[in-house]
Amino acid sequence: MADTRTTGIPSKVTQGSQTKGGIGESTLRPDGILKVTGEFAYSSDMWHEDMLWGQILRSTVAHAEIVSIDTSEALATSGVYAVLTYEDLPTEVKNYGLEIQDTPVLAHGKVRHHGEPVALVAADHPETARRAAAKIKVEYKELPVITDEASATAPDAVLVHENRDDHHSGHVPHPNIVHRQPIIRGDVAKARERADVIVEGEYTFGMQDQAFLGPESGLAVPSEDGGVDLYVATQWLHSDLKQIAPVLGLPEDKVRMTLSGVGGAFGGREDLSMQIHACLLALRTGKPVKIVYNRFESFFGHVHRHPAKLYYEHGATKDGKLTHMKCKIVLDGGAYASASPAVVGNASSLSVGPYVIDDVDIEAIALYSNNPPCGAMRGFGAVQACFAYEAQMDKLADKLGMDRVEFRRLNAMEQGTIMPTGQPVDSPAPVAELLRRIKAMPLPPERQWESSEGADVRQLPGGLSNTTHGEGVVRGVGYAVGIKNVGFSEGFDDYSTAKVRMEVIAGEPVATVHTAMAEVGQGGVTVHAQIARTELGVHQVTIHPADTQVGSAGSTSASRQTYVTGGAVKNACELVREKVLEIGRRKMGTYHPAWATAELLLEGGKVVTDGGEVLADIVDVLEDEVVELEEEWRHRPTEAFDLTTGQGNGHVQYSFAAHRAVVEVDTELGLVKVIELACAQDVGKALNPLSVIGQIQGGTTQGLGVAVMEEIIVDPKTAKVRNPSFTDYLIPTILDTPTIPVDVLELADQHAPYGLRGIGEAPTLSSTPAVLAAIRNATGLELNKTPVRPEHLTGS
Amino acid sequence: MRVNFTVNGRKQEADDVWEGESLLYVLRERMGLPGSKNACEQGECGSCTVRLDGVPVCSCLVAAGQVEGREVVTVEGLADFAKNRSCGGHEGGACGTSLQEAQGWSAKGTDSQTGEGGISPHATLAPIQQAFIDAGAVQCGFCTPGLLVASDELLERNPNPSDADIREALSGNLCRCTGYEKIMDAVRLAAARQSEPEGV
Repeated sequence: MADTRTTGIPSKVTQGSQTKGGIGESTLRPDGILKVTGEFAYSSDMWHEDMLWGQILRSTVAHAEIVSIDTSEALATSGVYAVLTYEDLPTEVKNYGLEIQDTPVLAHGKVRHHGEPVALVAADHPETARRAAAKIKVEYKELPVITDEASATAPDAVLVHENRDDHHSGHVPHPNIVHRQPIIRGDVAKARERADVIVEGEYTFGMQDQAFLGPESGLAVPSEDGGVDLYVATQWLHSDLKQIAPVLGLPEDKVRMTLSGVGGAFGGREDLSMQIHACLLALRTGKPVKIVYNRFESFFGHVHRHPAKLYYEHGATKDGKLTHMKCKIVLDGGAYASASPAVVGNASSLSVGPYVIDDVDIEAIALYSNNPPCGAMRGFGAVQACFAYEAQMDKLADKLGMDRVEFRRLNAMEQGTIMPTGQPVDSPAPVAELLRRIKAMPLPPERQWESSEGADVRQLPGGLSNTTHGEGVVRGVGYAVGIKNVGFSEGFDDYSTAKVRMEVIAGEPVATVHTAMAEVGQGGVTVHAQIARTELGVHQVTIHPADTQVGSAGSTSASRQTYVTGGAVKNACELVREKVLEIGRRKMGTYHPAWATAELLLEGGKVVTDGGEVLADIVDVLEDEVVELEEEWRHRPTEAFDLTTGQGNGHVQYSFAAHRAVVEVDTELGLVKVIELACAQDVGKALNPLSVIGQIQGGTTQGLGVAVMEEIIVDPKTAKVRNPSFTDYLIPTILDTPTIPVDVLELADQHAPYGLRGIGEAPTLSSTPAVLAAIRNATGLELNKTPVRPEHLTGS
Repeated sequence: MRVNFTVNGRKQEADDVWEGESLLYVLRERMGLPGSKNACEQGECGSCTVRLDGVPVCSCLVAAGQVEGREVVTVEGLADFAKNRSCGGHEGGACGTSLQEAQGWSAKGTDSQTGEGGISPHATLAPIQQAFIDAGAVQCGFCTPGLLVASDELLERNPNPSDADIREALSGNLCRCTGYEKIMDAVRLAAARQSEPEGV
């Protein structure tokens, strides 16, 4: 298609339109060169002279009283500098947690899940530390394990946490329920009478691991003022800081945190891992201490995606209109609360999906159990719900004899739809359009594996295992669409902070952007530089390392950073621009009348009028003056959901994606090959199109993993994790991953900076149910559980 | 135990190597070469892929003692390795920056679209490294070093790989961020650039 954009100077110049490398361009990552040369310093690459290695001893059982801990042999080991247990914690603050401080830094009297930290060792070699930790003798007296809703809420159930006094304990029906959120709207009983068809379903979503590749790690360096400098991979520096400092008994300004290279996150770094442990060992020994988990430990060292049971009932009239929905969603939060309350909020408020249903009766709960703690993972709450409601949509369409996509389009929400929480959707919600686009994409050709030389097994189910040459292989196609909230919801003060500096360096205007945003791979640093170029009209932008010397940026999660910290950077740049123009007016106002009369912009290193006339070089305006300011920025406030009706304007923004999956299934061996997984998503405004597509493809692939291979398997009798390794917990390889065509829609949300929409999570939602639907389409099986395993397809 | 071997063309000696120590540990903790990554340490993820006498291996699975007298190339040496290969494998002076190359580079100036000096091809990157940046194949980047070493080896033995060839060659390298599409693009891009006639 020809480029229809005008060239040259248009009659009306808008800020940023004339500066290269601004928003909307696919500029390249500022950390790209370091990352391809191996020089980028990840948290596990940190090194300090004289540093020690820390090791954590973890519980070998899921639920037990600790009878005794004997550290004497470990302490006597040559090369060991310290062994710490609960008894060594320096203050009265011995727990941490994101919302509820229920997680012990080190186990006290009891362990509540397999792999809970019990003791710490610091030694001069990692192997010495490991061997010393193995010499610590812990005597456990095992307790019965809580593993599901029935065992958690039985009349004689052992309480995972006795004496709860958190802010949810007053309204939950049982102390083993972290949080419960009902949502009631309309009259389900009455609406049900209008239904010509009713569909019920029970769905099981397995426990997924974030499986970021960079293991939890960091380096704590004790400082002369009695404080500590911590270099760590995390998603939210200031949230860590708030939890770390009280345990150490230090004021927050004596715990100086710097983000080191983060090897992926996906929610798994929202909770603390080794941060406090490394600081405790460093402060105790007076030496720098590095902790690096191996993959085995990583599976125990972070929270996972909540496994869930979902019970749904939907009704529809014979002309295809949804009448009502009832559901109960039971999320297993495991031993500690982590993000469970927020996951419950999302699961309940998004349980209807992107559809119009006026009459609903919804309940979501999260359990305390002795399973591994679960918390944040990409799309949380919404992912589990989407898997279930999309299966329901297919069942309803089939029962009505309607096309599955057309049935969805008929019931699709749009701008103006009222959510079950009573919140109106006040920006574009192009659900029907996304479905139309995904269906209109050309289907991949049949039997692509066939050639004149026979079958290329690499493209068949079973792949290089050479299990089929096409016999027993059938194709299926499936569709799904989802809705995710963007940003922190339910009244949370979800702000960010940006510090922007503008000055002349070596004869050029240079902007420096300093935020505490955790760059975890998503490309926030790229976008911040683009925003600064657009708003300040400069080429040179320096991204300052993220640390706690600037205000909080909030978390790199909930698809929020481009919206919120991007918004903060934009806001700070606008204020800096005003200051630069003030300086210009002061110094040069008499040179040209336009200084006083025209709207002035910064473009290409110059001050220009909105008519494109150049008034001055920024270099001459600033000379040796430096403009710098730090400002907090907030999106529109949200409200808590009512605890009995679930009503409230709880969400900031909604994000939508739709998928079409094409699969081929070897029905004899139960093997699945996903041939193509196409996605259409509305992104509001693609600030960096290359990165947007990368996010969509990455999220899509994590959804594919859940559909056909990913699950942490927990023994139901012992609550012990059975597969904590990449040998046993499988994530998609490049052979498992199909082509992922992406169709990006840009419908501006007028409430958001540049009209953008948070995009990171939505593609993780609909990917899984689309693949499931395609496998059902190929096999005719019901398949109500993730992941689909061979035995589910062969029936044996 | 003492181990003598060559890393990125340089003779190295590691003393007091413990019997259980992996090549990965020696590279990261003794040689100051942390580019090879430690994502699983059991040969499943490929993040620690290096060339051992030319063969791509997971350095976490190679005992340090096994590399005695052998040649190792890591991501840190990939640019030089690729450069030596492109001028016929001669080590040393013959492969310096040509005058023409140097002039071409300086003429591009220091415009900083990426915030630190280069939308223009970086002078010291291997073609596969530049292709990973250009194609958007790098997100968190933790899998990148291993993928670069594996991709470079693929293009060395198969300059014009099919998509199925690329997927097969890279099937031992896990990436959690990208969904692999941009990695496919990067390898295709490097292959296409490699097949362009000199000077175009």
